[in-house]
Amino acid sequence: MIPHSYLEFERPIAELTVKIEELSSMGRAADVNIAEEVQKLSQKRDKLLHQIYEKVSPWQICQLSRHPERPYFFDYVEHLFDDFQELHGDRAFADDQAIVGGLARFHGRSVMLVGQQKGRDTKEKLKRNFGMARPEGYRKALRLFKLAERFDIPVLTFIDTAGAWPGIDAEERGQSEAIATNLLELSRLRVPIICTVIGEGGSGGALAIGVGDRLLMQQYTSYSVISPEGCAAILWRDRAFAEQAAQTLKLTAKDLLELKLIDEIIPEPLGGAHRYPKEAAAILDKRLQDNLNHLMILPEDKLLEQRQQNLRQLGIFQS
Amino acid sequence: MNWITRLIEHPQAILRKDSATPEGLWVKCKGCSETLYKKEIMRSAMVCPRCAHHFRISVEERVALLCDSGEYQAHDQGLQSKDPLGFKDKKKYRDRLKEATKKAGNQDALCSYMGKIKGQEVSISIFNFAFMGGSMGSVVGEKIARGMERALEKKCPYLLVTASGGARMQEGVLSLMQMAKTSAIAAKLQEAKLPFVCVLTDPTMGGVSASVAWLGDIIIAEPEALIGFAGPRVIEETVREKLPEGFQRSEFLLEKGLIDDVVDRREVRDYLALIFSQLTQRPYAH
Repeated sequence: MIPHSYLEFERPIAELTVKIEELSSMGRAADVNIAEEVQKLSQKRDKLLHQIYEKVSPWQICQLSRHPERPYFFDYVEHLFDDFQELHGDRAFADDQAIVGGLARFHGRSVMLVGQQKGRDTKEKLKRNFGMARPEGYRKALRLFKLAERFDIPVLTFIDTAGAWPGIDAEERGQSEAIATNLLELSRLRVPIICTVIGEGGSGGALAIGVGDRLLMQQYTSYSVISPEGCAAILWRDRAFAEQAAQTLKLTAKDLLELKLIDEIIPEPLGGAHRYPKEAAAILDKRLQDNLNHLMILPEDKLLEQRQQNLRQLGIFQS
Repeated sequence: MNWITRLIEHPQAILRKDSATPEGLWVKCKGCSETLYKKEIMRSAMVCPRCAHHFRISVEERVALLCDSGEYQAHDQGLQSKDPLGFKDKKKYRDRLKEATKKAGNQDALCSYMGKIKGQEVSISIFNFAFMGGSMGSVVGEKIARGMERALEKKCPYLLVTASGGARMQEGVLSLMQMAKTSAIAAKLQEAKLPFVCVLTDPTMGGVSASVAWLGDIIIAEPEALIGFAGPRVIEETVREKLPEGFQRSEFLLEKGLIDDVVDRREVRDYLALIFSQLTQRPYAH
């Protein structure tokens, strides 16, 4: 697939792609010289893609994690699951469209899916508040977690948010309380929970659906306590230092695996999930299956003991 | 004995060099602009006797105010922050830690105690806002965890007094994960039916607000404290609206149904003693 938008650092690839397209449309296959040239250029492009993606910087990974054509939660619902039934609302205030949840089947097994959805076009983006949930979104998620627990159904969450919505309404309805309650309840939910970062892992808003037995990150995603721009604005007093902030915040999957804060990196096809969403979904499918199979055989007490022990051990300090 | 006599008996608690008390003999109150004799404010728990404006106070002042005369011992004093990310902005995190230690003591942003409040044994953790804005990194998270575990072990209530800008950026996702860690142990306090009370003081924001601060069985706030998830400036920039008067202040939270009560600092000790006695079904020592 050829993405429609290119990031700054992908520009050389874009230029080559345009050239290839021009040549292809000029001569059609009849002209042997052109066909040869197209093939040569295509090889060159693949090589370039490889070179660029092999050494993407943390800041570039941030951009990839927010890529407008990156597969969103609904894309994975479509590729990975059957019989999805969306369940709406927090039963109290509203149906927050920034967090979506529902029951589905995963290789024949019932699962509860909860994920953030950013929205693809302008209309959907507004409807979904760009994937930034309000308290009612987190409360809907909690309602679904509890529902899953009641029926012994494992929970799969998909994290993709810039953060919890920083708005007047969100504060009035207890954004802090909603997030805090999810953290506590997820720590003791009596069913397996697998959390996967599929795009942006934006701080507390991500963590509120991110506590579980496994934390997985796709290769070109980010997870951070604060956005690099926000960090730069505070510590450098200038958002232009976002690149430096991204570097020092250690927000890539690779960094976080080294810090033992995540369990696994889910590889993406060369060139990223936004180029090859189906292939990316297939890899994720396999990894989710393996992890879930592993967790499903654990007795409930063991599962909880492990989860709570892992949570207890978080942190690096000198004593 | 009341808080006045206790403070008079333990002047060292308020005269320490690292106290948050403004220096000089006279202080201008931020609330009523009145020039006040400093000793007078100190005698009233660093609350303006005229307008009840609450000055920020140091951890030492706080613990002395809360506990029975001299009835508290510090715990977990040896924990020190590392620099697990090798974090560097304009300054190195290591240097910021050194500066903070010089300014606010070597306890990182939280001090833990076992103390007695009107005879009731309580495990107490108090944020130190003077240390890097009371930000929660690995050390703060671990100290809260240990404080809660002491409550579990002694089967006594846990008291958390917050004052924090949120998670500590310089420890990245490690800081974020302290939210999950502390929340998970708060669940154990619930299961053990041990009272967990939070006193929110100015300011309590971000990752601390959105985790352990909001998990108390009882949550009270000092008057006019700034408390919320997102900072007011961030909200203003996001929604491009002027924030309503009193937004994110204690009284606003009370009105919105988000906290149990707003309690004047001079009444907090009595409030705590009473609520602990209620929850543990013991008689209240007047």
